[in-house]
Amino acid sequence: MSLRNRAAITGVGMSRVGAVPDRTGLGLAAEAAKNAVEHAGIGWDEIDGLLTAYSMTERYFMLGSVMCEYLGIAPRYAASMVVGGATPGVMVNHAAMAIASGECSTVLIVIGENRKTGQSTDEAVAALTAVGHPNFENPYGPSLPSLYGLVAQRHMYEHGTTPEQLASVAVTTRYHAGLNPAAQMRTPITVDDVLSSRYIAEPLHLLDCCLISDAAGAIIVTSAERARDLAPKPVYVRGVSEYHTHEHVSMAASLTSTGAEVSSRAAYRMADVEPHDFDVALLYDCFTIVPIIEMEELGLAGRGEAGAFFEQGYARIGGKLPVNTHGGMLSHAHAGAAGGLFHIIEACQQLRGECGERQVAGAGLAVVHVEGGVLSSHCTLVLSNSR
Amino acid sequence: VSEGRLLPRPDADTRLYWSGAADGRLLLQYCADCGKPRFYPRLLCPYCHSDEARWEPAAGSGTIYSFSVVHRAPTPALAAAVPYVVALIELDEGIRMFANVTADPAQVRIGRRVTVTFRHETDEIAIPEFTLIEEATAS
Repeated sequence: MSLRNRAAITGVGMSRVGAVPDRTGLGLAAEAAKNAVEHAGIGWDEIDGLLTAYSMTERYFMLGSVMCEYLGIAPRYAASMVVGGATPGVMVNHAAMAIASGECSTVLIVIGENRKTGQSTDEAVAALTAVGHPNFENPYGPSLPSLYGLVAQRHMYEHGTTPEQLASVAVTTRYHAGLNPAAQMRTPITVDDVLSSRYIAEPLHLLDCCLISDAAGAIIVTSAERARDLAPKPVYVRGVSEYHTHEHVSMAASLTSTGAEVSSRAAYRMADVEPHDFDVALLYDCFTIVPIIEMEELGLAGRGEAGAFFEQGYARIGGKLPVNTHGGMLSHAHAGAAGGLFHIIEACQQLRGECGERQVAGAGLAVVHVEGGVLSSHCTLVLSNSR
Repeated sequence: VSEGRLLPRPDADTRLYWSGAADGRLLLQYCADCGKPRFYPRLLCPYCHSDEARWEPAAGSGTIYSFSVVHRAPTPALAAAVPYVVALIELDEGIRMFANVTADPAQVRIGRRVTVTFRHETDEIAIPEFTLIEEATAS
């Protein structure tokens, strides 16, 4: 059974992002969920499925059940999922499967964390070492950025990618964030600003790294048929596929050829699209090297050519393929698994023509790619505003 | 880089590996059926899924596959140790492992040859790490 066009995203919602000290993580999630429910124009009692992720600041054992309890809903399908940054994409896949099988009809996907004000920066940095292997990586003192530093160094070695090209990813997304009133960081930056910011883990500078935010997002997934009867223009899940190869970076078969190629081609086959068909790309961007690798893996640029693609401005709104038009995790917001959910929400808003100054003219087909761990777990979504 | 590090906790999968390291030997686990080395040590061969294994000492030399220089320490306890090098080392036996390269970061390059040394932390725990093998100077 193909999931092609079986499910659609209807309402979407976000919390305020950045430093939001008047909200708990659950409170941020509830704010986003309320916005999504009101946007969809449905009643809370119509939600019969709930998927959420995990929280490093509020470590509930059964977060899915806690989320239902906090929101005051009692769905027949609920889970907390932990696939790192890939989680929101994987959730859309699972929601589509649950809807297509008749398990439930209306799934609330909601993820939020108060990573900026719910913990100190030292605590945030230390908590992220959980990505490393406790016995065979963490005794060597890696930071999470250094795990991606290994990836960047290898890509530079294999393909001649330059620090300036990495920096141009941050410059591009910051330019887009400047067009997005909701983004956390909106002041324009230059390549020199990135290169002169301090090293976090060579070859990555401070401005090569994503933000730490208080933030939550929510989307409501329902059947394609039902979505047509609701107020928001349906965004169809035309293709979706996952691929999981490892978790720890030291176990990766390659640092530049990842599971993203496999997940994307499966999603393209389901959707019957080619890489050159997309109007906008929303690519997981925890560090500047990541969208570069994803563009190459997804076939949106040739091998070793994505750095130049960003450097030449082709990824800007108005360019050949605009990337991360909301500002991405580098400039809009990043809070755990919520980071990639904003990519999905931005794709919906682009496909509905709701993006104002940052609207990609005539956007009809979007690709979203999210990854978790260190290029370990992948999910590609092909989203469309028509069936 | 020694102060404030997290130490491994030997378990049923890895006790031989760590006891070897404490004795100054880098022991690798091999599949007794398909013969392939694997890292990290575990119950099943990830290639043929046999549960028969044997152990052999590694030669201890390898090549830097990639590296990063940590400037922002992951924990306050490591703040005094920066900058230090984390790396992926491809051993000559064909497995890849994470380790520190104890060298001036400016000298570290992908492709450089390295050899194992051991950092003794406690009576039971020594951590394999690597140093650069001096390159022959071109005449």
